[in-house]
Amino acid sequence: MTARERVTGTVANYVDERTGAAKWMKKNLTKVFPDHWSFLLGEIVLYSFIILLLSGTFLTFWFDPSQREVLYDGSYEPLQGLHMSAAYASTLHISFEIRGGLLMRQIHHWAALIFMAGMVVHLMRVYFTGAFRKPREFNWIIGVGLLTLGIVEGFLGYSLPDDLLSGTGIRIAEAIIQALPVVGSYLAFFAFDGAFPGEAFIPRIFTVHVLLLPGIFLALITVHLMLVWYQKHTQWPGPGRTEKNVVGYPLMPAYMAKAGGFFFIVFGVTAFLGAVASINPVWLYGPYNPGQISAGSQPDWYMGWLDGLVRMAPPLESYIFGYTIPWNILIPGLIVPGILFTGMALYPFIESWITGDKREHHLLDRPRNVPNRTALGVMSLTFMLVALINGGNDIIATTFSLGINQVMWFSRIGIIVLPPIAFVITKRICLSLQRADRELVLHGRETGRLLMLPHGEFVEVHEPISPELAWKLTAHEQAPALELQDVDARGVRRAGGLKNKLRKRISQANAESIAKPTANDLKEIEHH
Amino acid sequence: MKKISKLRRSAFASPLLLVLALFAIGTTFSVASATTKSELSVEQRSAQIAEGKNIFLKGCSSCHGLNLEGSAIAPSLIGVGAASVDFQVGTGRMPVADLSQQIARKEPVYNEEQTAALAAYVASTSIGPEIPNESMLNYERDGNTAEGGTLFRTNCAMCHNFAGQGGALTQGKYAPTLMGVEPKYIYEAMITGPQAMPVFADKTITPAEKLSIIKWIKAAENEPQLGGAALGRVGPVTEGLLVWTLGLGLLIGVAVWLATKAR
Repeated sequence: MTARERVTGTVANYVDERTGAAKWMKKNLTKVFPDHWSFLLGEIVLYSFIILLLSGTFLTFWFDPSQREVLYDGSYEPLQGLHMSAAYASTLHISFEIRGGLLMRQIHHWAALIFMAGMVVHLMRVYFTGAFRKPREFNWIIGVGLLTLGIVEGFLGYSLPDDLLSGTGIRIAEAIIQALPVVGSYLAFFAFDGAFPGEAFIPRIFTVHVLLLPGIFLALITVHLMLVWYQKHTQWPGPGRTEKNVVGYPLMPAYMAKAGGFFFIVFGVTAFLGAVASINPVWLYGPYNPGQISAGSQPDWYMGWLDGLVRMAPPLESYIFGYTIPWNILIPGLIVPGILFTGMALYPFIESWITGDKREHHLLDRPRNVPNRTALGVMSLTFMLVALINGGNDIIATTFSLGINQVMWFSRIGIIVLPPIAFVITKRICLSLQRADRELVLHGRETGRLLMLPHGEFVEVHEPISPELAWKLTAHEQAPALELQDVDARGVRRAGGLKNKLRKRISQANAESIAKPTANDLKEIEHH
Repeated sequence: MKKISKLRRSAFASPLLLVLALFAIGTTFSVASATTKSELSVEQRSAQIAEGKNIFLKGCSSCHGLNLEGSAIAPSLIGVGAASVDFQVGTGRMPVADLSQQIARKEPVYNEEQTAALAAYVASTSIGPEIPNESMLNYERDGNTAEGGTLFRTNCAMCHNFAGQGGALTQGKYAPTLMGVEPKYIYEAMITGPQAMPVFADKTITPAEKLSIIKWIKAAENEPQLGGAALGRVGPVTEGLLVWTLGLGLLIGVAVWLATKAR
């Protein structure tokens, strides 16, 4: 035993005698995780959250969340002598007088954008591979909750510096609150402690931004990860991989080293962006003043789609019993997002209702093998993308020499027409890919070698594919559509006939697929 | 030392100093009171107007009319003043190359002398805003950056964007970027209101305030890129684009690399 081993042993023993950690550690450090790049997308989110906590803490040391009016006396000359809120003045102080302050501010903001973008790509991975199916529905809902809170948290952070852009955002948030029928104006007065802008809102959202929401985030992320730990990670189908095992690398040392390294890479990329690319140059926007506005006032990208929906809404209003109901804000600002996020949260249950599948799934689906789900996903993304494009309609108009009205009409029509087209095209592509898979399994790989037969005919030589690949291409199951009878065994019509009809119809569309090759098909081929 | 004190007591000292002092005052006064623009004589002026009329009849009258009365596709030029002509012709917007939603800035067709002649001709027909001379445009001396910034955000940013980068207006019209625009043209645009732009009369924004605005625009133009690449200074759209391309691109690339290395 070398000296080093002896020291390590003594320390480990000391800790174990007091905590009993050895047994737990032994079990969990050898826990196996499957290896695929798409399983690292969630880690991007986790690491940018840590970066947000650290850089955010740094910023709170100097940020003064107050709307008290002060006279600017800092080093940025073009704002010298202007009246502004203490919040804005302290943001300028962080940017110009605190060593590394501007870098930290930019890292914090870039990390927030990466945090949200990482959530979206992680969500796309989970959705398109069917990783949300039983037993992971709760974790899916937690994920949707984190996404929603992320949007709110990001918006609050964007609102804190009290510059012209953030004040404009708060003004729109106030309008959306006021759009609620009957209670709207009361709620707005409650939130702002009086009329807009008042002096209460920024101190209030500061508490929510740095205390309440990060606390909820920490709790939800912990539960999210504990559930992954407890339920084990999903894996891609392959030889030796079943619903009952996990094939991959143990946490210690391989995965631990990778994950730790990845943290520093995420930090590095964020710091790189913070160092070379300007984000939210608050000093150029100037202090917030309700009488001012800038062309091209946009929210950050994760709210851009909401802004786009509001921008494309036609001016609809009703007047009922002396109350104004502004549909042009209610529909794009609250109703459509509400439907989208509720639908997203409930999707695992909707899908299991359609397929009638109540079993556990730990093997992932290849997106092409579930054409309806994949097509629905692409359809939703198309909707979001059109909305997002309209959120930047003025920038797009000036950049590409278009009229802003043209961009808006493209979006108004596109948001209704393009998603269904995307659905159909995606479904067709999925079915074609299935067909290609079937061809590959049955006829093998095209080698590109041409052979001339004795009688002069040319044929291309096909090589059989590897058993591993053949397994991968045929491992999925193809469930038939639900058999729903309109009458029960005694010939009595069942209740909920219309519901059953709908379910049957959707289930049929859902089951549409190209039959994968069976053992018999293969045998028949070999006879040729 | 001795030499100097000897000289000081010399009989010629007082008259010499007096002459020197008078000379200094005279020079300073003549430099300070001199206008940078050389005044034209009456004959020269009428010759200039005649030349301007000539250019106008050849190059402008087909749209603006033989008597500046305008037509279906061009406005009347009666009362627009020299400043308007100087702005439109000096920035190359006039004569127009294509009648699209908005007439864009381009290389000027007429040189400075011809532009001045055109301006003189149009100004000779009726009263209108005059071209500001250089002493009226000394924004470094007469402007205040912070005040200019406030005025800019109140009056200009809604179309020209918070940093003067320009922005979209309805039906394909746009507010052009203010970066690199000469102070004289910014001033003329404010007093004449070209195309979709409103007129900011001297009662709304005083000449001194106009200079403050120009000073702020120049400060924004010359400001170093404090936080790194400015990304066009158009707000969160380009920031979002960068995070989805470079940011996520790098991170997903690394994820792919991490997952393949282990094999």
